[in-house]
Amino acid sequence: MPSLGADMTAGTLAKWRVAVGDRISHGDIIAEVETDKGLIEVEVFETGVVEKLLVGEGEKVPVGTVLAEIGAGAATVPESASVPESASVPESASVPATGSASVPVSASESAAGSIISAGSSEVDLDGPMASPAVRRRAHELDVSLRGVQGSGEHGRITLDDLEGFPRGSAAAAIVGGRLRISPYARRLALERGIDIAQVRGTGLSGAIQARDVLSAKPSVQESGKPVSASERMQRAIAAAMTRANDEIPHYYVEQSIDMGNALTWLREANASLNVTERLVSGVLVLRAVARALRKHKKLNATWQGGKPVPSEEVHVGLAVSLRGGGLVAPALRNTDEGSLTDLMARMTDLVSRARSGALRSSELTSATITLTSLGERGVESVTPIIFPPQVAIVGCGATFERPWVVDGQVVPRPVMRVTLGGDHRVSNGHQGARFLSALDRLLQEPEKL
Amino acid sequence: MTSDEIRATLLRCLTDVAPDIADEEIEDDADLRDELDLDSMDILRWVQGIHKALGVEIPEEDYGKIASFEDAIAYVAARV
Repeated sequence: MPSLGADMTAGTLAKWRVAVGDRISHGDIIAEVETDKGLIEVEVFETGVVEKLLVGEGEKVPVGTVLAEIGAGAATVPESASVPESASVPESASVPATGSASVPVSASESAAGSIISAGSSEVDLDGPMASPAVRRRAHELDVSLRGVQGSGEHGRITLDDLEGFPRGSAAAAIVGGRLRISPYARRLALERGIDIAQVRGTGLSGAIQARDVLSAKPSVQESGKPVSASERMQRAIAAAMTRANDEIPHYYVEQSIDMGNALTWLREANASLNVTERLVSGVLVLRAVARALRKHKKLNATWQGGKPVPSEEVHVGLAVSLRGGGLVAPALRNTDEGSLTDLMARMTDLVSRARSGALRSSELTSATITLTSLGERGVESVTPIIFPPQVAIVGCGATFERPWVVDGQVVPRPVMRVTLGGDHRVSNGHQGARFLSALDRLLQEPEKL
Repeated sequence: MTSDEIRATLLRCLTDVAPDIADEEIEDDADLRDELDLDSMDILRWVQGIHKALGVEIPEEDYGKIASFEDAIAYVAARV
């Protein structure tokens, strides 16, 4: 069970996305874990074959528990490339649409990152006949092919056969990485302290409905009172922040930044952009923070084993407030690279997944700094607490029209107050000040972001 | 397209952005940002959803005209 942040002590294995015998590679999603931060997709950092699953679906285990064993598996599962093109290749491993029964699953198909690798298709050679596309779809839909009546030639299962077929597993409510639960049921679960990973859905496709939540037993704490998920999350946040305040000697520096150029550029850019590509000002600040960090490596680091480890790459964690009171800060990897349009798309995707509870494990552990923006409601500034093991945090207040002196004249300008919280074990106020000054300069030339 | 159909579509687009919002929570004349705790990215995603569903493009300078649900329905009804 991976630690998905300093505030996590245990997690519930909600669903395995692989089975024994499946070939997996670095970066594949192998399981879903229910944590205080919602449902997290767990990636694997090994390449090999799943030999044993040691923790069952629905089991809650402490961080550090071994979840599965992965072996080389060369002896049991043949490489797809080595499958002979002779008559011995069963049809189930072939592409049926063309009618040519001897085409093996190509190596490139597994390399393209599909969840079902060529290896896993072959493990199921005795199963019903179905094309790789059908198998992939079945995996997405959580449908076991063995229960499906094929309508194709020789009983081959077609894509149409899958649609509308009931999904069978115990964790059927989780489909395609999303927990199927109605908004009302989710809120009821929060209010009543029900762990939704433990609820069996009775709705369409196993979706969890209000009545399922109402008949479920709340998770109980030692004193006997139920603990709601939002309460658990708040406790986890408090634990991390207590640790931060205990361990990190914080310092703070603040700077007011004239956002006039950035907002004018943004307005003009958005006027000509398609609505689907429109940007928000937050993405400019995010990019500027990331670019400023390139030259201020002491702030872009993590504290490991009693010393700072600077990161060559910039992965800004974005503090996302969840409706209902939670807070999570997943990372946008390589925040300083790519186009602004691309960054905007990635930010939108990350925020919506943070809110729907579908983040990936690497997103919760790879941030090298955090950015928190509380300006939406008009606060002037924020004094943020560093999220361990990071060593700095940037907080933005609202952008207000202020009387500002430009070339000796007092003029109204939109101004944003930015605060840098730094860790005195790693850097001093001077470095923090230089970072803020670099951030200011970058925001004066938004066209270069 | 009737006002009720537009209302239903706008609501669906809104619950796509904020799935935890229930129909009964939305007061037609309340400020959506305050009442439903929407931020600028939520509003943008809503505007994108409306564009996709109804083909109505809402420029940034008109965001003030869709501040409440009632205003948004009127705005879209005049352009759909």
